[in-house]
Formats: sequence, structure tokens, C-alpha cells
Amino acid sequence: MHPLVRDVALQQLRTDIPAFRPGDTLRVHVKVREGSRERIQVFEGVVIKRKGTAISATFTARKISYGVGVERTFPVYSPKLEKIEVMKRGKVRRAKLYYLRNLRGKAARIKEIR
Amino acid sequence: MKGILGRKLGMTQVFTEDGNVIPVTVVEAGPCVVLQVKSLDNDGYASVQLGFADKKRPSKPEAGHAAKANTVAKRYVREFRGPVEAGLTLGQEVKADVFAVGDFVDVIGVSKGKGTAGPIKRHNQSRGPMGHGSKYHRGVGSLGSIDANRVFKGQTMAGRMGHERVTVQNLQIVRVDADRNLLLIKGAIPGPKNTFVTVRTAVKKRNG
Repeated sequence: MHPLVRDVALQQLRTDIPAFRPGDTLRVHVKVREGSRERIQVFEGVVIKRKGTAISATFTARKISYGVGVERTFPVYSPKLEKIEVMKRGKVRRAKLYYLRNLRGKAARIKEIR
Repeated sequence: MKGILGRKLGMTQVFTEDGNVIPVTVVEAGPCVVLQVKSLDNDGYASVQLGFADKKRPSKPEAGHAAKANTVAKRYVREFRGPVEAGLTLGQEVKADVFAVGDFVDVIGVSKGKGTAGPIKRHNQSRGPMGHGSKYHRGVGSLGSIDANRVFKGQTMAGRMGHERVTVQNLQIVRVDADRNLLLIKGAIPGPKNTFVTVRTAVKKRNG
């Protein structure tokens, strides 16, 4: 990549994003715009994948909402993210936790690193 | 018409304030030098000739032509015709800030060469069945009536593809970096990285 192109991308990186890995439980504070009003919506879930590098990086968080699995994918450096809180560190042996989709209840728990 | 010459550096993405992602091509636009100003009286048409990127070993005619503008010969020289922006004088420097954020531009470049390509890739023809006893897979189809006893000119066949002049119209300027002479243009533009491109005001779009 040309250094000037990389520079354009790197300028947009945010420094306030904490380090997190697949298996971690996050609270993602998302800015939601309703008409002219803006409010914060929290999405709490387990990171099942991280993808891409630098400015194009995204992650997917999964949670069970009213018995239905919900997955949301966010760009890591999106200005729409107010903040990210890491609630729990999970111990997992895979980079992509797609197997969680087939598990529910107790089986879908992830061991915590203390 | 406003125009500038530049070099395609590569693509990346940019976030808007409300979090949308815009794919952009980064173009190193300028600094260009006005090598010649052509007038209706003298040359039969009005245009401005710009040059971009210094040439290492210019020929004597090239060097002499550039010397009139008090500069060195350029590798990429193009003219912009029509109602040229007033006030461009011989030897003047043109930088990326001729364009503003939100302007619509056309970008002209030389597309990536694909080498010898079959009719499916080159002319969007359809493939035959790959199985069921079919022996017609990716070949060229009918070449026309047998009654003509010849193949008409312009018949689509396999051959060299790419490496031709391509214009992409109505791309929007997303950001202008005047210090480093960078233009961020929404979407893709023709050609490989590090090739010369021409950026001009969009012909088919009203600006502003």
C-alpha cells in the first residue's frame, strides 16, 4: 500500500477502542439517530469474530434476545460507536466462534479468564 | 472546465460523520504546470496544456517547450479544452485545491491490461453447458449467417482486452488535501496503481 494511502486510512483510527478478542463479552454503545434526536443504544453480546485490518476492520457480536439469536456487525473504528466496554474476557480456542450458533443455554457459555 | 493531472495511488475507505463508509480512490493530483495556453487566434482553438511529473531524460524539443514555461519537461502532458477557467497563465502551478469537496468529476485513465481474453470475459457472452454431453463450453458462438459468405466487421471474438483509454463519469470528490495534493474520489477509477490519470469537471453533471 502506498504510504500516503495508508496515512489517509490511519488518520481515522480511534485510540479509545479497547483491545478485545473473540470470546470476550462487550457492551457496545451505539449512537442511534431518530429524526433530529440522537440517543445511545447498548448492544451487549459475545464477540464471535474479528475481521479485516486497520480502518476496514469489523467485529460481530452475538446475543440471545427473547430466545432469538441476534448478531450485529460493527466497523471497529466507526464514529457511530460511542464507546466499547469489555465486560468479560473469554477463554476460547478458535478465532471464529461460529459453533456458538448451534448451541444454546448452558452449552453456549464461555469460560472466563480471571 | 477545471482539470488536473495526477497519479492513482490506491483505494481505501472513509467514514462520514454519521458513520457511513465511503470507498475512495486516493489520487496524487499535481502539482501541475501550465505548459502552454492555446488561443483561438493563434492555434485555432482555446485550451490549456498541463504537465505532471518530471521527465528524467527529455528530448531537446520537449525541454525547449517546457523552458518557455520556466520548468522542466513533463512525463504526462494533456490539454483541457473548452471554456477554460480564466486566469491560467503560462508557467502557473495548478494544485489539488482547484476542486472542492462535493464536486463531480470525470476521471480518465488507461485500464488494466487483461491480455488475450475469450469472448465470455471480453464481450459478456454466455457460456454453454459444461456437462450432459455438451461439447460447447466457452467458445465463441455463431459468427453470423452463412449466406453472407464472410464474417462482418465488428464481430465479437476473443482477443486483447483492457489497456485502453477509459473514462469514468460523475464521481464525487470526498476530500481535498491541499498540503499533500491529494484528492479522495468516491469509487473506483481506471488503471493499476501508480498510473497517470486525468481528472476534470464532470461533463454531464451540473456542479453546485
